[in-house]
Amino acid sequence: MLEIKDLHASVEGKGILRGINLEVKAGEVHAIMGPNGSGKSTLASVIAGKEEYEVEKGQILLNDEDIEELAAEERAHKGVFLSFQYPVEIPGVSVTNFIKTAINETRKSKGLDDMPAKDMLKMIREKAELLEIDRKFLSRSLNEGFSGGEKKRNEIFQMAMLEPKLAILDETDSGLDIDALRIVANGVNKLKSKDNAVIVITHYQRLLDHIVPDFVHVLYNGRIVKSGTKELAHELEEKGYDWIKEEVGA
Amino acid sequence: MSKYTEDDLREELKTKEYEYGFYTDIESETFPIGLNEDIVRAISKKKEEPEWMTEWRLEAFKVWKEMTEPEWANVHYEKPDFQSIAYYSAPVAIDPNKTLDDVDPDLLAMYKKLGISVDEQKKMNNIAMDIVVDSVSVATTFKKTLAEKGIIFMSISEAIKEHPELVKKYLGTVVPQKDNFYAALNSAVFSDGSFCYIPKGVRCPMELSTYFRINQAGTGQFERTLVIADEGSYVSYLEGCTAPSRDENQLHAAVVELIALDDAEIKYSTVQNWFPGTAEGKGGVYNFVTKRGLCETNAKISWTQVETGSAVTWKYPSCVLKGDNSVGEFYSIAVTNNYQQADTGTKMIHLGKNTKSTIISKGISAGKSQNSYRGLVQISSRAENARNFSQCDSLLMGNECGAHTFPYIEAKNKSAQIEHEATTSKIGEDQIFYCNQRGIDTEKAIALIVNGFSKEVLNKLPMEFAVEAQKLLEISLEGSVG
Repeated sequence: MLEIKDLHASVEGKGILRGINLEVKAGEVHAIMGPNGSGKSTLASVIAGKEEYEVEKGQILLNDEDIEELAAEERAHKGVFLSFQYPVEIPGVSVTNFIKTAINETRKSKGLDDMPAKDMLKMIREKAELLEIDRKFLSRSLNEGFSGGEKKRNEIFQMAMLEPKLAILDETDSGLDIDALRIVANGVNKLKSKDNAVIVITHYQRLLDHIVPDFVHVLYNGRIVKSGTKELAHELEEKGYDWIKEEVGA
Repeated sequence: MSKYTEDDLREELKTKEYEYGFYTDIESETFPIGLNEDIVRAISKKKEEPEWMTEWRLEAFKVWKEMTEPEWANVHYEKPDFQSIAYYSAPVAIDPNKTLDDVDPDLLAMYKKLGISVDEQKKMNNIAMDIVVDSVSVATTFKKTLAEKGIIFMSISEAIKEHPELVKKYLGTVVPQKDNFYAALNSAVFSDGSFCYIPKGVRCPMELSTYFRINQAGTGQFERTLVIADEGSYVSYLEGCTAPSRDENQLHAAVVELIALDDAEIKYSTVQNWFPGTAEGKGGVYNFVTKRGLCETNAKISWTQVETGSAVTWKYPSCVLKGDNSVGEFYSIAVTNNYQQADTGTKMIHLGKNTKSTIISKGISAGKSQNSYRGLVQISSRAENARNFSQCDSLLMGNECGAHTFPYIEAKNKSAQIEHEATTSKIGEDQIFYCNQRGIDTEKAIALIVNGFSKEVLNKLPMEFAVEAQKLLEISLEGSVG
């Protein structure tokens, strides 16, 4: 699904990613953990194609295709989805209108007509139910005045609607209370299949109790310094990151 | 992967082209250039007007000669040379007695290009259209249907001949000849325009629509519109305007007068897309318009405007709330790009008791343009319990444009309640990336954000035109982005 080879990236001349290697196969869930400033969000943004980030070296392959030259929307059309840590507000544009536009633009890129309104409505209803989203919520302006939990739930709702191949959840657990966390995690679990993959970026173990990863990677100073199974996440929860830093430093 | 910065965005916005910039080669009859009493008389004679109308024009011309062009607006431009303009231009192929089938095929082709085939309009929309090309109203549809209800909808030239009593009674009562420089000029030389009368208690069953378009080079267009809603009646009126692209500036100085008698309601919507000039700021239409409505007791007037065109706009659709409990509303979207300048807003004059007014203004500036909101809320000493709510929002794209707000408030009655809210925001790269990540390209993303910003006003437009206006916003801002 996703293959990252020796990826180096910088923002405004400052090197942040310094040689990332990662392989994510269809059907897998990978967790990326690490202390603040280690490059976790940068990695997510670089995969999604944010312009400010300069890829200096290395490759990002999506289903064996190098996507580095593609614009962010083209990557999205190929099935890359990023659940933002800080989703932006777009006043006057309803959740429904936004997702409708996103779906139809993606369809257009594949030479398909707009999704018939009836099908769209049915899909919205199903996915809203899955994430316990109230109908009224769908008519509100995108993220405007949303609580932290509502914003994240809205991100996962969009993920459910867009049915991506590769979903990257950037600190989706931050700002969520325990109920919202459960709803969001349940949603992600239900959307998981043998044909798609999920990368969960998080500081904490608690989200990983709900979304169980197949692999856990520790990012530090722009490099993956340790990889393991979910046991590694437990270890990090217990011991913190200092021992990793020491290990790397040694 | 291409980097997309604010600079790129600005660059791309600059390069949009005017979609309606084509010129139809129809034989036109144009008067010699320049303006004097003889020209005023000649226009009146050409239109076979009665003596009182000629005199009215001459009176206006006298006043105009003594007036100077206003300079207080926040716009800078080379003043038009009023002696180098032709004041009358009519497509000669048009005989007013002909039916639509006989209309010059070139002219019809032009409408098609504009996306307003008359036949289509007739069949598909419940809209009666009076189309003004240059100065003469060429096709009036739905006349019969309207006549059954006693509604008069025709060109003002016809109305002067067929309903002189109504025209005489109301013309110039809301916007007097001497009101301002451009209104005086218009009163002297107005070439055509629309007239509408809704009888007592009648609810006009369809949207009335006028389509203005400047075609002939070097002509000024001076339309005159008069809408009278008699007691307890209702009408919704829409005007749409386009002009082909030309290098020299074209002058457009229209006057619109609305009269809403007791318990009447007029909804007046404008979609203005005159040629805005090139990306370098060459050419474009000067749009100097006086629009005002008078509300008697319990009457209501709503102005809704979507202004995307013209090089320079000077326009303040206003309401004189004369009658008690009368209501005035102004909803506006003004888009400026490249070197466009707009100074637009409204005046709400509260004279009667319990009068209410609402102002919602959305300004969108891109390129090197300047966009000003100028509004006056005036509460007279007799206007007990008057209320006003104003909201002025500005959206900026790039770092070289400007948004300005000039709200004036004059309250002479202590019971007045006046609220004013204003915001300024900028389309952020974060917003665009968020949309991009969901598969929405930058062009579409800007359209989405701008439409969201403008939604409150777009919602006020009649359904059929809201879609058109939405498209126009997209064309104006991101024609060639992406």
